[in-house]
Amino acid sequence: MAHGPAHGLSRWLYTTNHKDIGSMYLWFSFAMFFLGGIFALIIRAELFEPGLQIVEPNFFNQMTTMHGLVMVFGAVMPAFVGLANWMVPMMIGAPDMALPRMNNLSFWILPFAFALLASTLFMQGGAPNFGWTFYAPLSTTYAPPSVTFFIFAVHIMGASSIMGAINIIATILNMRAPGMTLMKMPLFVWTWLITAYLLIAVMPVLAGVVTMMLMDIHFGTSFFNAAGGGDPVLFQHIFWFFGHPEVYIMILPAFGVVSAIIPTFARKPLFGYSSMVYATASIAILSFMVWAHHMFTVGMPFIGEWVFMIATMAIAVPTGVKVFNWVTTMYKGSMTFETPMLFSIAFVILFTIGGFSGLMLAIAPADFQYHDTYFVVAHFHYVLVPGAIFSITAAVYYWLPKWCGRMYDETLGKTHFWLAFIGLNLTFFPMHFSGLAGMPRRIPDYNPLFANWNMMSSIGSFLFGAAQVLFLYIVIRAIVSGRKATDRVWEGSHGLEWTVPSPAPYHTFTTPPKVD
Amino acid sequence: MAHHHDASTYYVPEQSKLPLITAFAMFLTVFGLGTWFNGVDSGPFLFAAGFMIMAGVMFAWFSQVIHENRAGLNNAQLKRSYVWGMGWFIFSEVMFFAAFFGALFYIRSISLPALGSGNNSELLWGGFQNDWPLMTTPDMAVKGGEAVHVGPEGNMSNPGIAGWLGWLPFWNTTVLLISSFTVHFAHTALKKDNKKLFNIWLGITVALGIGFLFLQAEEYIHAYQDLGLTLSSGIYGATFFMLTGFHGAHVTMGTFMLLVMLLRSTLKGHFNHHDCFGFEAASWYWHFVDVVWLGLFIFVYIMS
Repeated sequence: MAHGPAHGLSRWLYTTNHKDIGSMYLWFSFAMFFLGGIFALIIRAELFEPGLQIVEPNFFNQMTTMHGLVMVFGAVMPAFVGLANWMVPMMIGAPDMALPRMNNLSFWILPFAFALLASTLFMQGGAPNFGWTFYAPLSTTYAPPSVTFFIFAVHIMGASSIMGAINIIATILNMRAPGMTLMKMPLFVWTWLITAYLLIAVMPVLAGVVTMMLMDIHFGTSFFNAAGGGDPVLFQHIFWFFGHPEVYIMILPAFGVVSAIIPTFARKPLFGYSSMVYATASIAILSFMVWAHHMFTVGMPFIGEWVFMIATMAIAVPTGVKVFNWVTTMYKGSMTFETPMLFSIAFVILFTIGGFSGLMLAIAPADFQYHDTYFVVAHFHYVLVPGAIFSITAAVYYWLPKWCGRMYDETLGKTHFWLAFIGLNLTFFPMHFSGLAGMPRRIPDYNPLFANWNMMSSIGSFLFGAAQVLFLYIVIRAIVSGRKATDRVWEGSHGLEWTVPSPAPYHTFTTPPKVD
Repeated sequence: MAHHHDASTYYVPEQSKLPLITAFAMFLTVFGLGTWFNGVDSGPFLFAAGFMIMAGVMFAWFSQVIHENRAGLNNAQLKRSYVWGMGWFIFSEVMFFAAFFGALFYIRSISLPALGSGNNSELLWGGFQNDWPLMTTPDMAVKGGEAVHVGPEGNMSNPGIAGWLGWLPFWNTTVLLISSFTVHFAHTALKKDNKKLFNIWLGITVALGIGFLFLQAEEYIHAYQDLGLTLSSGIYGATFFMLTGFHGAHVTMGTFMLLVMLLRSTLKGHFNHHDCFGFEAASWYWHFVDVVWLGLFIFVYIMS
């Protein structure tokens, strides 16, 4: 076990080391973030002005579809799995992940899956063009032939997610150092435990629904075809039974990240630790009971609308508990505002805005007005960009010194933050207004009435994109020539990961530490 | 690294080529299927190549895990990781079936009643009547002989308890239920280190598994040839074949797993009362497959 990493490419291809695999996940997700970002900028470039300027409508649809798929499955999810790989074993005092070879398999499926997905852009008929939610019959009867490859890519990336989640659960339940009781675990570990449970519960449902699509397309079944007795609405139900827990899969680990960072820079312990754990579990349980709030306009019975509306609004309670806990942690703290803290504070404020627009959308009668407008786009980008993406960014700044033993440049980091912060708000805040004014989502051309809002959004999006290029530069510069980091890195940091040297040795905790 | 490892610490395996090859095999398998379904000539060959690499790499991977365990590298903690792994894998399988059961319930209790009543039925679907099993599809109600989505001529519905002895699903249920007991008896025998009895009960379980698959093949041939009941005969055929078909695929997997355990026991002398998780994992899987069948028997066969 004393061995260091192998030399050359084989280190990465054949590794069983959680830190190597974590790094590969993070770099892969960074690459997908840029790919999905390029798709987004094509969308925003087309929408800069009314009229059709740059791309054909069909290609525009391919861009909205691929942007969503790549960002959800390629950027956000793998980034969090990468963070889990790096941090969970170090936080609980484990020598590695529970099943190290399967861990590497979970990663290596992803480059193949996304090569398959991206290759559909070059296929006859083009890439999937039916939106990332791939509603039938758009994704079955009217889909391009490449839909088959999309389905299989989803199958294998689902297998990757399930194996990754099983590994994380086995690690957390079985690999904790003596004395590391469940209620002593850092909140990041807790949120990942619950996220992994959600993944194992819903990724197979996604596999089931794409299998039904495959059968409808190629083998004559009629799951989603009323002529044979099936129902396109059935697709929406099964998809959102996966899809709603899926959005919490993308945000619960973010809660864990922010709950690690805010206490460090407020120099106070996290306020209400146990209520954070119970709130996370409540959100996860509720996430299985709210899926049809995505389908209020589909023609559900009144009682269905009512039940899903109430259940959805109930989620605001545990979420509110979390927000108040973060704010209370900062209250009367000795705060400093290093880059990870800036991203975390922005997370709390902007995620709350996304939560409020979520509450508006949860009101079924009002949702009939908002449904499929840019208001929805504004809402879910406010929870995903300053939610998931900002927390991942904060996590990278926070733990990068532990990973590579070197500090990033604080001035550049803060510059990145302000550019991203302004860019994101300029991009997505106007969408609330264009949406409320009635601009539908997923269209390449629009009424000139919405021109000003769209121009602002497009300018903001390119600013946000440029900020991410700066981020890449900052990370590389830190790795190559950053100033040496101390073991504690941050004055207010607590937890096992800060007790090992920076950079963390290739193998940590081969004999478990004692936790009091 | 393995040679100076002692069981007091958790065994973290050395570098391995197996995961990368597995990922490649998965890719080749699905890429082959995708090209095949889109009518590319080389598709079946790519699929077959992917599948064979997959089989080979799984064999190598499981061999290595067994070898490590027999070499004493796996401490009690690592064995618990495998236990957790198998348990959560079975939970993921439960959720996979949940999607198909959910589809069946939704179709029967919401979609079809909606299609068969009010304006849907009168204005859109030619007076379509909802019944289950669905023999006359909405398409047939509208277009009659011109319909594309044609229902079956016969179905697998419950003939009433008096007719069960001549009803194949009843015998399938019997076979599978008995096999759940025999695999349990095998486990009990193993816990007493009675390997001979273990092999006999396990052998009987494998035989019952194969028997089930024969009966199901019989049922499918009957459905396709005599009843005109196919994957494409409306939503009844779709739900019937997808649920029983995925279950059958899982029985095939489970039988194969138990067969491997039988061969390990008889040919290699593996397993004793305190070191038998390979067998236990396979038996859990078998019980899971059995429970799914009970769900199928109730919701697909009896309640129709």
